[in-house]
Amino acid sequence: MAKIQSSFKNMFLSLSLICLTVAVLLAQVNKMTAKPIADAKAMKLQNAISEVVPEFDNDPTTEAFLMPAGPGDSLLVYPAKKGDQIVGYALNTYSNNGFSGNIQVMVGFDMEHKIVNYSVLAHAETPGLGSKMSEWFRDVAKPSQSVVGRDLSKGALSVSKDGGDVDAITASTITSRAFLEAVNRAYAAYLESKNNIEQDTTSQEGGNNNE
Amino acid sequence: MNNNLKVLVNGIIKENPIFVLLLGMCPTLATTSSAINGMSMGLATMFVLTCSNAVISMLKNLIPDMVRIPAYIVVIATFVTIIEMMMKAYVPALADSLGIFIPLIVVNCIVLGRAESFASKNGVLPSVFDGIGIGLGFTFALTLLGAVRELLGTGKIFSLNIYPEQFGSLIFVLAPGAFIVLGFLIAIFNKLQKKESN
Repeated sequence: MAKIQSSFKNMFLSLSLICLTVAVLLAQVNKMTAKPIADAKAMKLQNAISEVVPEFDNDPTTEAFLMPAGPGDSLLVYPAKKGDQIVGYALNTYSNNGFSGNIQVMVGFDMEHKIVNYSVLAHAETPGLGSKMSEWFRDVAKPSQSVVGRDLSKGALSVSKDGGDVDAITASTITSRAFLEAVNRAYAAYLESKNNIEQDTTSQEGGNNNE
Repeated sequence: MNNNLKVLVNGIIKENPIFVLLLGMCPTLATTSSAINGMSMGLATMFVLTCSNAVISMLKNLIPDMVRIPAYIVVIATFVTIIEMMMKAYVPALADSLGIFIPLIVVNCIVLGRAESFASKNGVLPSVFDGIGIGLGFTFALTLLGAVRELLGTGKIFSLNIYPEQFGSLIFVLAPGAFIVLGFLIAIFNKLQKKESN
C-alpha cells in the first residue's frame, strides 16, 4: 500500500481517527484501573492510620472530620475507637517549610497527649539527608532524637539548635524543623478534638441526670 | 529471523541509547538513585517503546508525512498513560517513587527517535525487535547506573546490604554522583567496544 498524500482531507481524517481510537482505548483502561487505584490509595491511608494509633476496631476513615489547628488552618482527624471509647487520634498534618516544600505526615496521639507513632505520607526532601525523617524521629533506641512517647502538653517540640530537646537529623535541620512544626500543628488540632469530645460527653451526662 | 536478532543486539550494544547515543539523559540521571528505580524506569520505557514502535510501523502508510509528529506523539502518550494508570493501580509504591518521570516518558527522545528513524521505515516485526532491543539497552544502562550509585552511596544493591551504610558517600545518591558515575560508565563502555572492534 502506498503512503497516502498530505492533503488537508487526509491529514484531518488520519489524525481524527487516531485520536478517536486512542480516546476509546484510554477510557476502557481508565474504567479498568479506577477501582484498583482508589483501593490502593485507601489501603495506604488505612495502613498509615493503623501504624500510628493504639489498637482500634472502628473504621477511622469513615469517621474522619476537619478540625481547626490555628487561624485559617484545619487538619483531617481520624478518630480511633475501641468499642465506644476513643483510644487515640491520627492526624493528617503538614508543613510547607520543608527543604523542598510540602511535607505530609500522619501523626498519632493517645488520650494522654503522648505521640504514639508517625508515618511520613509524602515529601520531596533530599534522598539520604532529609528523607531520613521517615525513620529518624521514631528510633526508640535513641530517645534524644525520637518523638515517640513524648508528652506534648509539657510544651511544643523543637530541635536542640532552637533550644528544644529533639536532636535534628544530621545535616538536615530545615527538614527537622519542618517535621516538628507539622507535629506541633497536629497537636493543636488534637487538643481541639479532645476538648470537643469531652464537652460532648459532659453535656450528654448532664442530660442523662435530668431524665 | 537472523536479521531481527541483529536488530535486537544492535539496540543493546552498538546503539545503546545511554552509553552510545546519549539520548534520554533526563530520566536517566534523575531516576537512577537506586537499582530498582532504574530498572523499573527502564522496563516502563521498554514497554512504551515496543508498543509504540509496533503501532507506528503498522500505521506508517496511513499517516500523512506532514502530521506524522503529532500522530506519533498521540500514540506514544497513549501507551504512557496506560502504563501510568497500571502502575498506580498495581504497584503504587513504585509509582510514588518514580513520580513525575513516568508521564515524562512521553517526551523521552529515545521513544520518538526510534519511531521516526526506525518504525516509520520498517515492518512490524523488525520494529518490535528494535523496540525490545533499545528498551533492553536502556534498562541495562539504567540498572547498572542505579546499582553503582546505590552501592557507592548507601552500601546496598537492590536494597541488599553489601557494607554498612555509614561508609557510603552520599554524593553518589545526589545529582552530581549521577553525572560522575555516568561519565565513568560511558568511558568503560567505549573502551570495551573499541577493544572488540580491533
